[in-house]
Amino acid sequence: MTRTNYTIALMGNPNTGKSTLFNVLTGLRQHTGNWPGKTVIRAEGEFAHRGATYRIVDLPGTYSLYSNSADEEVARDFLLFERPDLTIVVVDATALERNLNLALQVLEITGRVIVAVNLMDEAKKKGILINSKKLENKLGVPVVPISARNKEGIDKLMNTVDAMVRGRIKTNPLSIQYSPEIEQAISKLMPNIRETVGDAYPARWIALRLLDGDTSLLAALKQPPQRDTKEEGAYACCGSVESI
Amino acid sequence: MAERNDCPLSRMKQGDRFRIANIAIPDPVLRRRLLDLGFVPGGEIEVGQKSPLGDPTAYRVRGTTIALRKEESNYIYGERINND
Repeated sequence: MTRTNYTIALMGNPNTGKSTLFNVLTGLRQHTGNWPGKTVIRAEGEFAHRGATYRIVDLPGTYSLYSNSADEEVARDFLLFERPDLTIVVVDATALERNLNLALQVLEITGRVIVAVNLMDEAKKKGILINSKKLENKLGVPVVPISARNKEGIDKLMNTVDAMVRGRIKTNPLSIQYSPEIEQAISKLMPNIRETVGDAYPARWIALRLLDGDTSLLAALKQPPQRDTKEEGAYACCGSVESI
Repeated sequence: MAERNDCPLSRMKQGDRFRIANIAIPDPVLRRRLLDLGFVPGGEIEVGQKSPLGDPTAYRVRGTTIALRKEESNYIYGERINND
């Protein structure tokens, strides 16, 4: 049995051309609205490629997933609770250092990621060269250089999406190693977290958030936002996260 | 934990270059926010214009301009980098 319907999340810092890419991929097949209970625009669209249909969700532009704002919360919750089949992180080729912060945070949550390095034309003008092969090796996920505005690299991006959802690309996401004390605390917490929230959530990431004292994550885990019913079993047992 | 010659970012003048040593903001959420915006220890900042009333001030950080108020920049410690 092969699936033909997939969900893709589109993430990135503000002003990276995320929405330009979204428009290029979906054309007019999109609709917008608000996220339930939040004044954050939700844009969703569809496109077809090689016999598969993709629902693509344009998440709000954020610098981080550590939820200092409603935007970041929406982006984080989508990754955690709606678990897209694939996440495309759009980064700005002219400010890679800044943009990789978010990319690394996403990699801590999920390995099903493609990094699209956008604004390659701008970078070229500024004399910036991006070694995407090297970046790919370091991050452990596919890196595709694009210029959404000029519709360059879109075919390669779509083919990478296709290869990824069909399991032809295996990723090996970079996992940031923290100081020994933090790593020790993480390994101490992980079994408890797995027991409490199940395998549905990235235990290592949750451990890090708990160590950081992220209370909004606890709130979200206790009362996950609207989501598909197929995951009902997973959050029935989230009530006691606080006791970890 | 600021070293002897570290001073707050808020004391820099327009055009100064500054290297961050320490972000000593008590509020963890705000600290995290500044880190996400690119104000990280070791990072370099260029001081841009002050607003007409002297606060906030624009700072150039990793290719982006970000404005901070004194209540934030007072807590960012580091040293001035000499251009010459």
